Amino acid sequence: MLKELELAVTPQTANAFLGKLGDILVKAIDKPLGYAINWGRLWSLWPVHIETACCSVEFGAASSPRYDVERFGIIEAFGSLRQCDLVVVQGTITRKMAPRLRLVYDQMPEPKYVIAMGACAITGGLYFDSYNVLPGIDGILPVDVYVPGCPPRPETLIQGCILLQEKIKNMKAR
Amino acid sequence: MSVKIPPGLQLEKVDERIMTLNVGPQHPGSGHMRLIVQVDGDYIVACDPDPGYVHRGEEKMAEYRNYITNIPHLERPVIHDSCNILYPYVLGVEELLGIEVPERAKYVRAIASELNRFSYTLYWLAIYGIFLGHSTMFMWPAGDRELAIDLLDKMTGARVTHAYFVPGGVRNDLPANFEDVCIRQVNYLEKRLKAYADIFYDNPILISRTKDTGVLSREDAIRLGTTGSVLRASGVDFDVRTKEPYDAYEELDVHTNVLKNGDSYDRSKIPWLDMLESCNIIKQALEKMPKSGSVRVKLKPNPKGGDDEVYKRVESGRGSLGVYIVSRSKPEPYRLKLSVGSFRNLICLPYLLKGEKLGNMPAVYWSLNYWPVEADR
Amino acid sequence: MSSEESKTKPVTQTQTAPAKKEPELPKFEKDLSDKIVTKFGADTEISFVKPNRVRINVKKEKIKDVATFIRDELNFDHAESVTGVDFPKEKEIEVVYHLGSYTDPKLNKQILSLATRVPREDTPNPGKDSTKLQSLREIFYSVEFHERECFEMLGVYFDGHPDNRRLLLPEDWADIPPMRKDFATKGR
Repeated sequence: MLKELELAVTPQTANAFLGKLGDILVKAIDKPLGYAINWGRLWSLWPVHIETACCSVEFGAASSPRYDVERFGIIEAFGSLRQCDLVVVQGTITRKMAPRLRLVYDQMPEPKYVIAMGACAITGGLYFDSYNVLPGIDGILPVDVYVPGCPPRPETLIQGCILLQEKIKNMKAR
Repeated sequence: MSVKIPPGLQLEKVDERIMTLNVGPQHPGSGHMRLIVQVDGDYIVACDPDPGYVHRGEEKMAEYRNYITNIPHLERPVIHDSCNILYPYVLGVEELLGIEVPERAKYVRAIASELNRFSYTLYWLAIYGIFLGHSTMFMWPAGDRELAIDLLDKMTGARVTHAYFVPGGVRNDLPANFEDVCIRQVNYLEKRLKAYADIFYDNPILISRTKDTGVLSREDAIRLGTTGSVLRASGVDFDVRTKEPYDAYEELDVHTNVLKNGDSYDRSKIPWLDMLESCNIIKQALEKMPKSGSVRVKLKPNPKGGDDEVYKRVESGRGSLGVYIVSRSKPEPYRLKLSVGSFRNLICLPYLLKGEKLGNMPAVYWSLNYWPVEADR
Repeated sequence: MSSEESKTKPVTQTQTAPAKKEPELPKFEKDLSDKIVTKFGADTEISFVKPNRVRINVKKEKIKDVATFIRDELNFDHAESVTGVDFPKEKEIEVVYHLGSYTDPKLNKQILSLATRVPREDTPNPGKDSTKLQSLREIFYSVEFHERECFEMLGVYFDGHPDNRRLLLPEDWADIPPMRKDFATKGR
C-alpha cells in the first residue's frame, strides 16, 4: 500500500494537491478575514486637520450636532497626524502650502485615503487665474473621492464619505 | 540628512539654551499659519509669524473683473461673514457710481449684517474650544449657529456664501412671514447665549487658562493700530457703527461693550457680549423698517466710475474693515485694496508672546480674533 | 466743533469768491488741510477735501516731517492701511497711507490720506534700484507689516524699516512683484 502511495506522490501531484489546499483555505479564511479588516477600517476613519480656507466652515458644520458626521466614525482627532488615516483636503492649496501638504501625507501611516473637497481642490475652482493657487491637488496626492461644490453642503460631504466607505469595502484588504 | 528638505522649512536647532520650534502650518487648531518660535525652557523668547499659506491673490484678480462679477470673489475671504466683507465694497461702488439706495434695503442690510455676526462669532468660539481642548465649547456654538444659518438661508438662499449685497440694494426681498420666524429664533438664541455664561465664562478651568495671559495695555493697543474686539477689551471705546455710522445704523441704537483688563479672558468675552447686543439690533431693525418698498435699484449694463477714489469702512466680526477703490473710467476697478482686521491685529502676536509660557500660546493666539484666510486675502 | 455734526452735508464757507461757481468745501476738513499746507508750503498740495476724507500729496523727501507733524499737532495716532498703486504710463508708483485717530473724539470719523510718488523702473530689482521711500515705522508703529507687504507686492523699498522681508508670497518667488501692471496672470 505504501509503495503505491510513494509512486503516486510525485512533485507534480504534490504541487497540484497543495494548490487545491491553498484555494480552499483562501476561500474559508481570507475572505471573511479581509471583510472583517475592511469593516474595522471603514467605520473608523479619522481625518487630519487640513482646514485651509472656505470649505473648512462646512466641515466644521458637518461635525456639529445637526449633521453629526461622528456617527459614521469620523471623529476629528485633535491629536497628531500619526494616528489618522484620512486626509480631507478642504479648500484652496497654494504654491506655498503644497510641499507641506505632501509632507503631511507622507507622515501618515498606511493605509490612507484622500478626499478632495470643494471646487478649489479639484481644479482650482474660482481662483483658476491666480498666481499662487495650484490647479487641483491631483498632481501631488492620489485622490480617492472628489466632492464637488463651492462650498459643498454638509450632506454632500457625508455622501462623499459614504462613497469612500463603499470603495473600501470592495478593496482588497492590504 | 539623506532626504532633501524643500526650501523655507525650518529645522530644529539646539543652540545651548535657545531652541527654535516650528508651530507649523498644519496644526490641530484651525487655519494655516506658521509661527517660528524660539523657546528657552518653557518660556517664549521671540516669535516670528509667517502668514501667506492661503494667499490667493484677491487684489490682483479684482482688477480683471468688473464691479458686478467681483462680488462672488470678494466674499470668499470670510465666507461665513460674507455680507460684512462685501458691505464696504458695495458702499464704495455706490458712491463712485452715484447711486442712492432705497430705505427698506438699508434695514435689510443691517439685519443680514447682524445675522452674519452671529454666524462668524459662534464659529470662532467653537474653534476656541478646539484650541483649549474643551469639546463642549465646540459642540454648543456649532449647533446654535445652525439657527442663524437657517434664517440666512430663508433670506438669501445660501448657507454661507450669500452674495446678497449688490450695488443698488440687496438681491431680493424678505420672504412673507420672515418677521415672526426671525423674532422667535432670535429670542431662543438669546436664551442660549445667556446659558453660555455658566459653562464657559464662569468655568474655573477656562478662567485659569486665559486670565492674565497676553495683557495688552491701552496705550499699546492704540499705538499698534489694533481694531475690533482686541481694542475694546483694552479699554478703548471705538466701534465704527457708532463713531461713523453708515446706512441704517444712523437710526439704530447701538451700545458698545468695553472691558478694561486687556487679557485673553476679556478678549474672549467681548464677542459674546457683542452678540447679545446684536439680538437687540435685529429686533429694532425689524420694528423700524418700512413695511413695503423696493429693495433694489436697477443699474445700466457695464457701469463705470470716473477718475476717482473712495475709502469706506464697516464694523465686521473682526474689527473695522476698510476698502479702498481707485477707478479710472473703466468697468473694472484700477486698484482695490482690502484693509482687514485680522492683518492689522497680527502685529500683536510677536509683541504679546514675548515672555509667555509655551502652553499659553494657543489661548493668546486665537483670542486675537484672527482668521487666517482673511489676513492673507 | 459744531460743524462736524453734519455727516454728509457740506457746510458753507465764507472764503471763496462769490462770483465763482465752486462747490462748497466742508469747514473742519478744510481747516485740517490748511494747517498742513501753511506749514510745509510748496512740498505739499491738497488733492481733495470731501466730508470726512482729506487727501494730501507730498514729495517723497518730506514725508517723514509731514507725518511727524500730523502725529504731534493734529493727533492722528495710527495707520489703517498702506496701499501701493502702479502707474506704468507715468512711470511712477504711488504709496498712500490712510491715517485715523482713536484718541481724539473730534477726529473719530476722519481719515487722512497721505500720498507720495516714487519713480518706477521697467526691470525692477527690489531693494537695489531707485524705488525707495523712507519708512514711517518710528512715527506710526502700526505700519510695520503693511510696509513689508507693499515691498513684496510692488517692489518699493522702505529705508529704515528693520525687516524688509517677504510676508505673504512663497519663499522661492522668482518673478517680478505681482501687483505691477506688467505682471501677466495666466489665462488673461
